[in-house]
Amino acid sequence: MKYFILGFAGRLLFPCLILLSLIVLYRGHNLPGGGFIGGLMAATAYILIGIGSTMTEAKAKLHVDPVFLLAIGLAIAIVSGLPGMLGGGDFLTGAWLPTFSLPLLGKIHLGTPLVFDVGVYLTVIGFTLHTTFCLAELAQPENKEETD
Amino acid sequence: MPLTLPISLLLIFAVSFAAPYLCRLLKDRSGWLLALAPAGAFTMLVMQAGAVEQGLPIVYHVDWFSRLGCAFSLRLDGLALLMALLITGIGALIVIYAGGYMHGHPRLGRFYLYLLSFMGAMLGLVLSDNLIVMFVFWELTSITSYLLIGFNHEDKASRWKALQALLTTGLGAMAMLAGFILIGVVTGSYSFSEINGMGDLLHASPWYTGIVILVLGGAFTKSAQVPFHYWLPNAMAGPTPVSAYLHSATMVKAGIFLMARLNPSLSGSGLWEYTLAIFGSITLILAVLLGLFQKDVKSILAYTTLGVLGVLTMLLGIGSEYAIKAMVVFLLGHALYKATLFMVAGSIDHETGTRDVTLLRGLRGLMPITALAGGLAALSMSGLPPFFGFIGKELIYKAGVKLAGVEMLFLGIALVGNLLMMGLALKAGVGPFFGKPNHDALPKKPHEAPPSMWIGPIILSVAGLVIGIFPFFVTGVLVSPAIASIQGTEIVHLDLALWNLVKPNLPLLLSGVTVLGGIFIFLLRTKFWRVADRVLAAIRPYGAEAMYERVFNGTIWLSKAQTRWLQTGRLHDYVFMIVLVTVGFLVWAILNYGGLQFEVDWSEFDLIMTGLVVIMIIATIVAVTATTYMTVLVSLGTIGFGVALIFVYYGAPDLAITQLLVETLTVVLFMFVISRLPPLKTISSKMVRFRDAILASSFGFLMMLLVLKAVNIQFNHAISDKLAAMSYPEAKGKNVVNVILVDFRALDTLGEITVIAAAALGIAALVSGKLIKRKGDTS
Repeated sequence: MKYFILGFAGRLLFPCLILLSLIVLYRGHNLPGGGFIGGLMAATAYILIGIGSTMTEAKAKLHVDPVFLLAIGLAIAIVSGLPGMLGGGDFLTGAWLPTFSLPLLGKIHLGTPLVFDVGVYLTVIGFTLHTTFCLAELAQPENKEETD
Repeated sequence: MPLTLPISLLLIFAVSFAAPYLCRLLKDRSGWLLALAPAGAFTMLVMQAGAVEQGLPIVYHVDWFSRLGCAFSLRLDGLALLMALLITGIGALIVIYAGGYMHGHPRLGRFYLYLLSFMGAMLGLVLSDNLIVMFVFWELTSITSYLLIGFNHEDKASRWKALQALLTTGLGAMAMLAGFILIGVVTGSYSFSEINGMGDLLHASPWYTGIVILVLGGAFTKSAQVPFHYWLPNAMAGPTPVSAYLHSATMVKAGIFLMARLNPSLSGSGLWEYTLAIFGSITLILAVLLGLFQKDVKSILAYTTLGVLGVLTMLLGIGSEYAIKAMVVFLLGHALYKATLFMVAGSIDHETGTRDVTLLRGLRGLMPITALAGGLAALSMSGLPPFFGFIGKELIYKAGVKLAGVEMLFLGIALVGNLLMMGLALKAGVGPFFGKPNHDALPKKPHEAPPSMWIGPIILSVAGLVIGIFPFFVTGVLVSPAIASIQGTEIVHLDLALWNLVKPNLPLLLSGVTVLGGIFIFLLRTKFWRVADRVLAAIRPYGAEAMYERVFNGTIWLSKAQTRWLQTGRLHDYVFMIVLVTVGFLVWAILNYGGLQFEVDWSEFDLIMTGLVVIMIIATIVAVTATTYMTVLVSLGTIGFGVALIFVYYGAPDLAITQLLVETLTVVLFMFVISRLPPLKTISSKMVRFRDAILASSFGFLMMLLVLKAVNIQFNHAISDKLAAMSYPEAKGKNVVNVILVDFRALDTLGEITVIAAAALGIAALVSGKLIKRKGDTS
């Protein structure tokens, strides 16, 4: 652990930031937010871990390769365009489930635009973390090999 | 049955993809099995011949891009049937032959994949009734023939020649596509059968000349007419089965086929007739003259192919009924004997190890079956009765003697061409088998080729003899319907009986002259060989191939020069260029919208924002003049957060949040690499910095003007209001920004995240390159 306080705070904040990013993602359709902002927030959470302790730990927390997230995100975004076509519309036409209510969350609209936004969310996380990890690796002093 | 057409196509393509796996199992015996695919297609097509003979073409139609007038439609009429039977029939024999010729070759499976794909493409080409579909198959033949010609890809010359064929025919195909589109514009249709009924419309159109030139651009490159003839002899670089197939029935006939296909609509003008006749006759004469000096059996045959293509083009140009008859008969006869002769040449090469006609002599004792096939084919090619080649040549002369005035010249050209071609036929097909044997001079001890390698030549050469004696086997079924398709008329009865042709008249006399002259040329052959190297070396610098090389090298030079000039590799230059161009466009745009006039509403002057902007301006100046990275980073961060504050102030929370996050991340990411960057240094001269300062200031000034004007000019009010109004009812979202991103303009967003993903991979490539280098240094 490089910086005790930052590392400790990062670990405490991490779940909150991820939850926050998911909330931002979900509410984006009606209030400021969305996949792009949510994705950046989630990526920030990992980067906070990375700066506070080590990038290796941040990578371990992610469990998957960021490139995998990129691919999954793109795939989800593309697939979200297909249900609309079943109804005879063009690619990426929105298709919605009937509205229903849940306690705490209130009225719920679920539809392909939200799925599409999830795709954006994952792609943005993938991109940001991939870039960060790459640059961080490059930034390591030359004489020190990666220790993982 | 209309379904026959797509089924026969699918069969060949499907088998082509199965070929590599089959070859792994059966090795070189797989040829016999694979040949069943073209043979099956052949049988299916033959069964349709009855209907075609009645003048009832088989049509298969599926809508494809119907809004573009492009339907996947196939049509089997007389011309298509003739070509399709040649493609599949000869194709089947070539597949068998290749099994023997490529015996034990490690990449036989791949070879069959290419060969059968090419066959499928060729079949699709002749069956297409739609110009665009035909173009697709046309290009597919170019690509697959590239793979076939360059099959021996370890050889540099082979690759170069394959590329030459691809570039030449590909360039022509581009012209042809343009011609097709013009045809579509004029007639409103992309269907051959419809277009051929609209000849008058095309002739009256101002685009007619352009259409003819562009379409002929495709046909002449594909069928190797002068000055594009150079690629064809070079295409000999491929294995012999490829040459046999490409030259006899397929690739090079595609151009002839196209001209014949469009003959009903485009012919009838001086432009069409004289262009075809003149280019055809030049090709013929040039080919046979060059052929005289060749010593390689395959080369000799290649030049005679060129000559035949010249004859066919010339006959189409002459366009009289006899000429078209002669053309169809000649095309059929040529396919039979040329495929045979190439296969025979391949067998000789395979068994003796050489294709040099100066060494090959007296092989008939050792290779009797091959010699028989070669001899029969050579005699048919020479145009001796009772071979089918004789009928073709007689018809050419019959067409020729009907000409009058200056056009009689074409008869003379045909006579000279045929005469020399006969000499070449004897040289390639007869010479190697007769004379005193000198087997010691050969690299390998010769013996008869395996059955797979003589069955094809024998079948084809005997067929040339049989239909020569009994032409009625093919006249009704194949020749008459094809003539009808080319002329765009009803099917006419045709009598080609041999005894009708052997009458003491001028054409027969000309045939006699041809035979005597041909034998004379054959006897003189060694004289030409003696001077061959000198003559060929002397004319090469002025030939079309030298021209091709100049154009090729010139193009590369040009692209290198402009790359050097535009792509300096310095970020400084790129940014300068981008900003400069943007400034240019901005000036143009602002001048277009009333120049420097604008109104400023001072009542909205706001002290808080002014303060913020002043801070940002100071930060900008600091960033430009800073000498350490940290200062630059902090001042750029200040500007970024300033922008975010402006967004917040004017009520754009989405943008503000995004801006804040992006700014934060940028600073963080920069921190990673800042330690690895070399110290900031001024490397540009004072003059350059002065120039950049002027450009940057004018860019800033123009942006300010643009913003001021944008407030006043409102192009279309409706868009933003409409989107805002539609947002909740149509997309169930109250946040218009997000609704636009994920619903209304979701395709744009999809494009953007795709770009993001690509950029991430690019970064990975850059960084990993650095990392690998570092690892290489330390280890």
